Amino acid sequence: MSSKKITYTEIENKGIGFYGLLGLLGFFLLAGGYAFLAAEHSGHYITGMNNQIVWGLPHIFAIFLIVAASGALNIGSIGTVFGKKIYQPLGRLSGLVAIALLVGGLIILLLDLGRIDHVIEMAKGNLNFKSIFAWNMILYGGFIALVSFYLWTMMARSKLAKRLYKPAGFSAFTWRLMLTTGTGSIFGFLVARQAFDAAILAPLFIILSFAIGLAFFLMLLIFTYKCTQREIGDVLLNKLRYLLGVFILATLLFEVTRHLTNLYATEHHAVESFILGGGNFYSNLFWFGYVVLGALAPLVLIFCRLLKNNRAALLLAAFLTVVGGFSLLYVIIIGGQAFPLVLFPNAEVSSSYFDGVNNSYSANIGEYMLGMAGVAVTLLIVLVGVKVLRFLPTSLADSVIDPHAKK
Amino acid sequence: MSNIDAYRRRFLLGAGIASVATVAPGLVLRQVNAKPADEAVTDQKRWGMLIDVDKLPNGGQGVVDACKAEHGWGHEEHSNAEQKTQWVRTVKVTEKLTKHEFKLPVMCQHCETAPCADVCPTGASFKRVDGIVLVNKHICIGCRYCMMACPYKARSLVHEAIFDQKPDTPRGKGTVEACTLCVHKIDAGEQPACVASSNGAIVFGDLKDESSEISKQLKARGGKQIRADLGLNTGVRYQGI
Amino acid sequence: MTSRVNGTLATLLLLFTTMVFSGCEDTAPKPRLETAKAKSESCVEPTGVMRRTHMDFIKHQRDETMYKGIRTQKHSFKECINCHVPDKKDGKPVNYLDSNHNLNPDHFCATCHAYVGVKIDCFECHSDNPAGAAPVDANHAVGGSHE
Repeated sequence: MSSKKITYTEIENKGIGFYGLLGLLGFFLLAGGYAFLAAEHSGHYITGMNNQIVWGLPHIFAIFLIVAASGALNIGSIGTVFGKKIYQPLGRLSGLVAIALLVGGLIILLLDLGRIDHVIEMAKGNLNFKSIFAWNMILYGGFIALVSFYLWTMMARSKLAKRLYKPAGFSAFTWRLMLTTGTGSIFGFLVARQAFDAAILAPLFIILSFAIGLAFFLMLLIFTYKCTQREIGDVLLNKLRYLLGVFILATLLFEVTRHLTNLYATEHHAVESFILGGGNFYSNLFWFGYVVLGALAPLVLIFCRLLKNNRAALLLAAFLTVVGGFSLLYVIIIGGQAFPLVLFPNAEVSSSYFDGVNNSYSANIGEYMLGMAGVAVTLLIVLVGVKVLRFLPTSLADSVIDPHAKK
Repeated sequence: MSNIDAYRRRFLLGAGIASVATVAPGLVLRQVNAKPADEAVTDQKRWGMLIDVDKLPNGGQGVVDACKAEHGWGHEEHSNAEQKTQWVRTVKVTEKLTKHEFKLPVMCQHCETAPCADVCPTGASFKRVDGIVLVNKHICIGCRYCMMACPYKARSLVHEAIFDQKPDTPRGKGTVEACTLCVHKIDAGEQPACVASSNGAIVFGDLKDESSEISKQLKARGGKQIRADLGLNTGVRYQGI
Repeated sequence: MTSRVNGTLATLLLLFTTMVFSGCEDTAPKPRLETAKAKSESCVEPTGVMRRTHMDFIKHQRDETMYKGIRTQKHSFKECINCHVPDKKDGKPVNYLDSNHNLNPDHFCATCHAYVGVKIDCFECHSDNPAGAAPVDANHAVGGSHE
């Protein structure tokens, strides 16, 4: 591990702040539980989802969290797999946040199913291995197991754990690449949907996971260190800052490539003008939510020299990256469904079942509650985790983590 | 079905004779061999339909109604129009350049390589060996991935509790459903409800049997697939589109 | 120390047992079995076998029908309903839930499942009454290869 001795301690907050936060998260959990029970009892007609937009806001929350999960593990991987010592003190937290994000996302997915009681059939062996969904179940389960193992190698004191640290880090890293490929592939292989039939969605999801996972991690890191009055040095934060910048740029590059390749094919012109052409909600969300607010703005905040060492700017950049990632997923997934299926190219179609029309969708309060509950589960796991186990370095000051820090 | 019909059917089946259905005078007699009830279906058959759009009045609104009456879908009380189930609908198509216009009924196309069955995590969406694409609702978790994958928007999630189902058409909240090709009728040697109501505009039969009416017509006149470019080799074919 | 723990445990146990048995004053209403025999004196299997394993028969047949199209009547769910649920009562179909959404004692499946306290979810999808079904062969001389 790191050359200098890093000590990890549990957080000690017992005050009103800690329990207040716990209570707030508990409230979101209860609200989400209520939303689940209501839809489970009445059926999905009480949601804004329908037979045209079959996946709605809960799925955006879920996919966001799942994608962010693999990204959050990156910080640990950079330390372990790529041997960057300065990142190693963050390895434990990185693993914890990764597991927490994945669990939060999966809970939303699960609670939105039409027949959650039938999930037991999958445990009884009803799995279709041609389905990327079935593979994802295994990938998600394996991710939690491998990252837990990785955490053990970082936290246990035995010699065995130390010996297994590198292999564990490597396998967790490999696994997370497969996992995000799997999540991206959910959409990449839907041949009939104009908006989804691109294999580039899988690498796009990977690079997006780097960005939003790191952004989420950064927000958590700065928040917990502020609340517990622990120190983080500028050296580490600036490393993370520029890393985030690179990831945001790379995501933007992949997204631009995706649209350019689509524009090359005549059959995709209609869907591209729907998303890019303006005049509708998805188009506005793409340009303003993702491109301007979610990519360009944080890039300015990150690379503007005047804002170097400015933590408020970094925090805002991370938050905007999260907003941008969420917007992008919303545009891809819901915008992609809003655009009608093409039954007959070069023809206009109409029917009593919304053929040929741009479908509309607005999430209702229950869907927000369910989605927020997933986020609350994530935060709750992290909060309880850092409270009971030694995940957080006591100090991340420059002198502690970087022996060569110029002072 | 009256008692006499039932009795006659049993008699015919018992004797192992094909039941014969006459649809209307002057139309072709169509024979469908019924298998014994305890015999498993085989891949020696592949069921299909050939829909002659020109012969269907009003784009096949009549067959939509027949399907509704047979299976009882589309009567959900609480669901809004976007949420209601729709196993089959009539679609009006207008070619942009030529303004040529036609209407056709669109339902599950019973693809040979069905995208819905490929993506289903539990295997609830599956293709029976005789080519009928079905949902095994006993193991359907209601994830709707099949609805994302279907190129024809043929599937619906049931958005609310259902009561008073038809005995041959189990349907329930939280599961996905679609045209079953009236599999309960096919297994009994009968024709799907839409075919029976189509006045001969829809021909139903075994695509693997060269001597079947549907195969002969397809060979002679051809039959188009919707989105043939996807290469799904659909079991439902059209003439006049 | 230990005695205090033991004491607490004993109290908890007592409390728990009281809670469990407090529900037992209202005995569940006996199932009404007469409807089951309204159409036929004998079922497709001996009564004891059916009571214990009807769900296995139904489930086995479920997969046979679903995947292989085997529609023999002997263990067919539809035939259970045809034979065991009355066509009409007071001119109305007999549903497994009554108007208050409780299990209906006039429905054979519901009355027994209420008695034993086992959830039944067949009817969330399947028809719970013989509406429009073919008349039942009351001797169960159906099923098998000749059908």
